[in-house]
Amino acid sequence: METRTIEFGVGLFMLAGLAALVVLAFQVSNITTLSNSNDSYTLVASFDNVGGLKVRSPVKVGGVLVGRVREIGLDDTMQPQVTLAINSQFSAFPSETSASIQTAGLLGEQFISLTPGGDEKILKDGDRLQDTQSAIVLEELVGKFLFNNDSKKSQ
Amino acid sequence: MISRRICRLGVRGVDNLASLGRAGGVLFGALFAKPDLRKGLPLLIKQIYGVGYLSLLIIIVSGLFIGMVLGLQGYTILIKYGAEASLGPMVSLSLVREMGPVIAALLFASRAGSALTAEIGLMKATEQLSAMEMIAVDPLRRVVAPRFLAGVITMPLLAAIFSAVGVLGGYLVGVEWLGSDSGQFWSSMQSAVDWREDVLNGVIKSVVFGIVVTWIAVFRGYDAQPTSEGISRATTLTVVHSSLAVLSLDFVLTTLMFGEIS
Repeated sequence: METRTIEFGVGLFMLAGLAALVVLAFQVSNITTLSNSNDSYTLVASFDNVGGLKVRSPVKVGGVLVGRVREIGLDDTMQPQVTLAINSQFSAFPSETSASIQTAGLLGEQFISLTPGGDEKILKDGDRLQDTQSAIVLEELVGKFLFNNDSKKSQ
Repeated sequence: MISRRICRLGVRGVDNLASLGRAGGVLFGALFAKPDLRKGLPLLIKQIYGVGYLSLLIIIVSGLFIGMVLGLQGYTILIKYGAEASLGPMVSLSLVREMGPVIAALLFASRAGSALTAEIGLMKATEQLSAMEMIAVDPLRRVVAPRFLAGVITMPLLAAIFSAVGVLGGYLVGVEWLGSDSGQFWSSMQSAVDWREDVLNGVIKSVVFGIVVTWIAVFRGYDAQPTSEGISRATTLTVVHSSLAVLSLDFVLTTLMFGEIS
């Protein structure tokens, strides 16, 4: 076998392998989704109950992805507090914007839905969302329903 | 009678331990042999050609078919729940996390590992290795090291090619043939597969498999009985041992990487 053919074959092989890695990175796993890099700003919101929300869960406005959950913890009053990383191209949220935790489908993953209000003032990096609505916990709903039925019967 | 059996058991244990020790010696000699770029690089390239380029066909064809089977099976199961949107994540996650590294390593062991063992074993049987030692050429450095390195370099690339072609196969069956939606296929795949968690862990797996499979292959050849029977036995042992090692290591690596239940 000629050395040149061998070298050509090896080059081809390496190229194919690297191309496969690039395909896996960009076509299969989409490395470029809203990363938590410097082109985002943070908003903070406190909830009574965050349910099954996770770090990296999506933040949406009317179904449009605008950011991701960066951190979940407790604030000074021991309330669950969620830090949102919002892509800086969506920077004009009014200060009356409300946040609610919703579920995609009946059993799907949970995400934060923002609803912009009508105020003139605009939220800046690190601001707190005042109007929040907690996650709906299915078990609690079922429990309430059963309890209500029981109390109705006993009346 | 019984004491004899116990005696034989002990002999076998000592033998196995000794062969493990020799395997360690071969690995050490191959890894820490002083690399000579000017002479070593052409040898390495020749080995990558034999181990990698010539394995491309079997990897691509089997990757395509595995992906097509995954697409077909996944579709028939998921359509029952109206969840054929999850076909993309199912195909890509199972390929990138498990199938790609494992099946590529098994194919690699039987296609390239057995060839390495037979080649080195025949070199030993025809006393080429002793001849090299006679002229003060270290066979570990000249014969074993480039083969080992070539195996470790090619294995992750082969696994990546396998996974990529497999995803394409799943796409062909799921979207082009059975008609689930193309945009949904790709976008749900992209949101489900994480670059670091899934793709990079798969690459780490395939690097580990590459090290283990080539180590076993090279050692079995180097340690073969210098007879025709010994070479055939060594080749069999290579395939058997590296398949077992790949499958069991896969379980260990999976528990380490994806084991924590969130």
